[in-house]
Amino acid sequence: MTRRFMFDGQPVAFEDGQTIMEAARAAGHFIPYLCWHPDFPPHGSCKLCIVKVGGRHVSSCALPAKEGMEVESNTPEINAERRALLQMLFVEGNHFCPSCEKSGNCQLQALAYELEMTSARFNHIFPDRPVDASHPDMLLEFNRCIFCELCVRASRDVDKKSVFSLTNRGIHKHLVVSAESGRLGDTDFSRDDLAANICPVGVILRKRVGFAVPIGQRIYDEKPISQVSMEAEK
Amino acid sequence: MSAALETADNRQNLRRVVIDPVSRVEGHGKVTLLIDEDDQVREARLHIVEFRGFEVFIQGRPYWEVPVMVQRLCGICPVSHHLAAAKALDHIVGAPQVTASAEKMRRLMHYGQILQSHALHFFHLSSPDLLFGFESDVGRRNIVGVAGEYPEVARQGVLLRKFGQEVIRATAGKRIHGTGAVPGGMNRHLSADDRAMLAADADKMVSWSQDAVALVKRLHRAVPELYDNFGTFDSRMMSLVRADGAMDLYGGALRFRDAEGAIILDGVADQDYDQVIHEEVRSWSYMKFPFMHESGPDAGWYKVGPLARVQNCDFIPSPLAEVERQEFVAHGAGRPVHATLAYHWARMIEMLHAAEVIRSMLDDPDLMSGELMASGPRAREGVGIIEAPRGTLIHHYRVGDDDLVSMCNLIVSTTHNNQAMNTAIRTVASRYLSGRKLTEGLLNHIEVAIRAFDPCLSCATHALGKMPMVLELQAPDGSIFERFRRD
Repeated sequence: MTRRFMFDGQPVAFEDGQTIMEAARAAGHFIPYLCWHPDFPPHGSCKLCIVKVGGRHVSSCALPAKEGMEVESNTPEINAERRALLQMLFVEGNHFCPSCEKSGNCQLQALAYELEMTSARFNHIFPDRPVDASHPDMLLEFNRCIFCELCVRASRDVDKKSVFSLTNRGIHKHLVVSAESGRLGDTDFSRDDLAANICPVGVILRKRVGFAVPIGQRIYDEKPISQVSMEAEK
Repeated sequence: MSAALETADNRQNLRRVVIDPVSRVEGHGKVTLLIDEDDQVREARLHIVEFRGFEVFIQGRPYWEVPVMVQRLCGICPVSHHLAAAKALDHIVGAPQVTASAEKMRRLMHYGQILQSHALHFFHLSSPDLLFGFESDVGRRNIVGVAGEYPEVARQGVLLRKFGQEVIRATAGKRIHGTGAVPGGMNRHLSADDRAMLAADADKMVSWSQDAVALVKRLHRAVPELYDNFGTFDSRMMSLVRADGAMDLYGGALRFRDAEGAIILDGVADQDYDQVIHEEVRSWSYMKFPFMHESGPDAGWYKVGPLARVQNCDFIPSPLAEVERQEFVAHGAGRPVHATLAYHWARMIEMLHAAEVIRSMLDDPDLMSGELMASGPRAREGVGIIEAPRGTLIHHYRVGDDDLVSMCNLIVSTTHNNQAMNTAIRTVASRYLSGRKLTEGLLNHIEVAIRAFDPCLSCATHALGKMPMVLELQAPDGSIFERFRRD
């Protein structure tokens, strides 16, 4: 017999071992996320996929679905929390969408639109994070890092190079390159690595591409991220 | 005489009158006048109180981001900065000559920019002074007043600007701060829908631009002694001209004429601008004072913009505007026209030229197909010069092997006109203000002179400090409940 839980009042079927995120997506429900990726185990760091289950706020990417759960996701309360998380991400880094070449292809920006974030709300921290342009093909724009660790995981688990890691904790946490010099040019990083092509924001960029695709004709210019993300599911 | 008004002796004993902010110009500037006990103006200065940071914070950024980032200098002529930066960076990517399709798309974008900016300046900002008079009722001296009194003039002004903005959208992707030009070319063609939409209105735009030239000429002829003499001063002139001497607002080489109209330097390649032009810093303004190096700052300054361009070229390569240019030159009776208010006349001739260029370009198949990108051997340095609506705009970059910008120098149009605008207000202050009790109308004479240059003082978008303002809470009967002032 198929087991089910309730997702925003609608029954969702699931199989053993499926997380709430996986089951909900299979049933056609979009849950916002930044650090989650279908090809990697749950990471649970961005907290954008937060849902409410039995009065508790949990990461839907990490929590296995259970029979009879009542999950609240697309509600004013949960979306307000997600919006606040986005606002904190925006003020922690230096996200200047108007001149950012990732604009329109950026999941952070797309989610901000999706969740109707209209102000930064908090004071900007304006961290000082110099770019790393030492690699011949790739640019690292640390100002936009949201610490999803997708590059860290891809480089370590798939590319087997461990080029990236996070260092320090809390507000001092930041992305670093695993080289004695700390420079990407002194690693064996390649533009064809998965880590070079997985960044959801504008940190890891191919050089000399910039605005080759016009703003207005990019992925999330054409369709909202909720639609793009769910089309990938089909 | 007017140069003597830059710094007065015994400044502490003089009365200070401040026009702050100067209204109906782009950006924020102020004028200070020092006046003695006999009401004689002893010092007049146009201050640009904004601080430019772009040249510094563009350093360390990847070069391909620059055309998109630096255009944020301005919301009025971002296209000029966008294109000047792209032209400079074409050299970096080894494509000083971009493809035919790319250059034509850029030209179309640029002439759309000229059209919209000139329309905005003349109809929205300056026509109230010219149609109603410098000392007319200040409550009516604005675009709303013009719309009430001359509804057709206002309507055409608004729609001319709209058309120019549509040209920009069709070529750059957005009306303001588009991303069409990239180092080495363009990222889009003109769509068939946009071409048809623009072509449908192109004849009307040319016709309305002719009407605008006619309107300025009528104003000149109605009060020639005012229009010929108000704020008039001799100076050198500079602009780009095409190799055959034609007006070219997108490219070409620099030409300088003296006040008598003789060419003193010609064919200066854009990459060599810094051999000819230097800049002087004066303690009382954030805007530098450019001058021809070989003549020094006192003699080597010049004016730029429509008044310079219309007289610096040998001809305008579009028939209707060329007829108007010839009439304009004839007005000088053998000598260049240096009248400050003739800027408006020249500006409308350029608007007509832009409308003609746009109309003629729309039939070009290269706009809708063809290769958009070019590349070649990498270079470390590039200069891009373009004739922005307000005058010559220079962008100069050096880029390291790591693709990051290591040096940026921008000389914007209004900066070239710094000495000219200061000279204009000193001329007006001496002629109209000295010895008289100051009124709003008299002070507006100073602003009229500044406005003629169409200065864009906002070419640094971050004001140093806060915008001065006065906030009043009024009761329905006009009495003031509360007044808040921030200096």
